[in-house]
Amino acid sequence: MSDSSPAVDERLKSEGLGARIMKRPELGAIAGVILVTVFFLATADAAMFTTSGIINFMTPAAQLGILAIGAALLMIGGEFDLSIGSMVAFAGLFFAAATVTFGLPLVIAIPATFVFAACVGSINGFIVIRSGLPSFIVTLAFLFILRGLSLVGLKLATGGSTQLRGVRDATEGDWLAPFFSGDAFGGLFAWLAEKGIVETFKNGNPKVPGLPIEIIWFVIIALLATWVLLRTPAGNWIFAAGGDSNAATNSGVPVRRVKISLFMVTACCAALVAIITVMDAGSTDSRRGFQKEFEAIIAAVIGGCLLTGGYGSAIGAFFGSIIFGMVVIGLTYTDFDQDWFQVFLGGMLLIAVLFNNAIRKRVTGER
Amino acid sequence: MTEDTKFHHGDAPNNAAPIVEMKDIEKHFGNIIALAGVSFDVKPGECHCLLGDNGAGKSTFIKTMSGVHKPTHGEILFEGKTMDFSSPRDAMEAGIATVFQDLAMIPLMSVTRNFFMGREPTIGRGPLKRMDVARMNEITMTEMRQMGINLRAPDQAVGTLSGGERQTVAIARAVHFGAKILILDEPTSALGVRQTSNVLATIDKVRKQGIGVVFISHNVRHALAVGDRFTVLNRGKTLGTAQRGEISPEQLQDLMAGGQEMAQLEGSLGGTV
Ligand SMILES: Nc1ncnc2c1ncn2[C@@H]1O[C@H](COP(=O)(O)OP(=O)(O)OP(=O)(O)O)[C@@H](O)[C@H]1O
Ligand SMILES: [Mg+2]
Repeated sequence: MSDSSPAVDERLKSEGLGARIMKRPELGAIAGVILVTVFFLATADAAMFTTSGIINFMTPAAQLGILAIGAALLMIGGEFDLSIGSMVAFAGLFFAAATVTFGLPLVIAIPATFVFAACVGSINGFIVIRSGLPSFIVTLAFLFILRGLSLVGLKLATGGSTQLRGVRDATEGDWLAPFFSGDAFGGLFAWLAEKGIVETFKNGNPKVPGLPIEIIWFVIIALLATWVLLRTPAGNWIFAAGGDSNAATNSGVPVRRVKISLFMVTACCAALVAIITVMDAGSTDSRRGFQKEFEAIIAAVIGGCLLTGGYGSAIGAFFGSIIFGMVVIGLTYTDFDQDWFQVFLGGMLLIAVLFNNAIRKRVTGER
Repeated sequence: MTEDTKFHHGDAPNNAAPIVEMKDIEKHFGNIIALAGVSFDVKPGECHCLLGDNGAGKSTFIKTMSGVHKPTHGEILFEGKTMDFSSPRDAMEAGIATVFQDLAMIPLMSVTRNFFMGREPTIGRGPLKRMDVARMNEITMTEMRQMGINLRAPDQAVGTLSGGERQTVAIARAVHFGAKILILDEPTSALGVRQTSNVLATIDKVRKQGIGVVFISHNVRHALAVGDRFTVLNRGKTLGTAQRGEISPEQLQDLMAGGQEMAQLEGSLGGTV
């Protein structure tokens, strides 16, 4: 019965590293980063690629990237969340109100903000799963609901203003603050400056005082998401739920639980961005996170996520966000009109979608 | 004692208590009555064939057994106790593995990831708990080889497999995880001669290990080759159950066609439908 067959199939051409890389979803984004880097090396002021220049574009990239990785996980799981931009504003309001209006310490305010965001995310997910409606339309409703609630809430909390100030005063000196605001590795940068490895001001202080904390969060979340996707059962369930939710359910994957959890994770990513940016700005306003949902989805798609779900990568979204940051900030280092940014973005998106489609056909052997 | 054939060696223990007993199952989809009171049971070590025309309700019936559908009426007893599977995962954890007619495979995912979907083995603990990819790949390749298919590579996407290869992955997966009941919904419809005989031999093998097999087929000869009992469904109802040796291929074929005469057709095909 059992065949005595060779371990290696003779019908399998040995596959070079190149061919194997060609199948990875994040390929497009990495190629994009190289392309955009070359473009700006050729056109932009040399200052763009100094330490401070890099940090300049990595900071917005990281803030977007945290959202984009959440969006990518959700997209791989087969759903969308158009409400994450509004969620940033809503969570920002909650966090600011907790620290300023109620004077709570960060050790309570931050977990409370995450729990709150996760609850809103689970409502999103629950409605999508229960109704069977496309998540596109359900979360579009929440895009407006949450934005509106943020406005109303801000006015209530401030007595009519759309900006809530005083977060910096309220959180200054809190032992948790360094994990969510400011720069990390200040000592390292000072040491590097002393040794003359990074640029310094005339007084000897480094031009870059440290690594903005959001960049560290961005890297940690990208690594964590990649680990989950590629190495854990949960990752297998995410791919399965997005690839074919019916087949996944029939094979024993708890698809509903997976999808609702993903909505919660995405909302928590929005909450993290809210906490970091609100503490950084010292205030929150109703426009916080405006249109970030589209930018996050674009970064995820540039990173190789299929709009139909079941395919994509967190590392791809990581590089997609870096492309985004480079283009937005990079144009200010060039002679181009900054408003080219939108044209650039749309073009990138179009190329990415075409490219992803071709890759998918390669992977599935579709003709 | 009935005769042994190439694929049937030894009768099932007759007096054993059924593993699963389905009593008077009804299933309605809106105003469509797919099942109108079907009773059925599977004993350990037997292969119970479920036969019937297209649209007779076979797939719907086994889906109520594997937790996909909740029956509108009726009772399911699992090892003597009333069972209320709320999801296929529940049924799976009870030891029921199914090859669905649509296979339940994800084309974009690799063979290995499909094979272990929902039941991934892990190593490590705490935050380092991860899928045991090396073992998963090895098991997949071995199980597939036993079914007579040499995969090119375990990380090949299922979408790139041929129809029969895909079906074999689904069968190998169910055989690997079917601890108590193995349900096969037309598992041989896309298979070549050698793979079909491998599947029939596998059914006989797991049957002898005491697992109950539910085998759906449109092919009378395949059913007769491995079956111990034969239940024929027609338009959502059972037409009856026959024991091995009690029924001739011709009688079974007539029953499967809903009792209509097949003589004319059979004549022109030389009796080899
Ligand atoms: N989800 C559903 N909604 C509505 N009707 C359904 C559904 N599933 C099955 N049916 C109906 O129930 C009947 C039985 O279908 P089923 O798939 O069980 O047939 P079958 O015996 O497996 O047929 P085949 O041999 O073609 O696989 C069909 O008439 C079908 O239209
Ligand atoms: Mg069927």
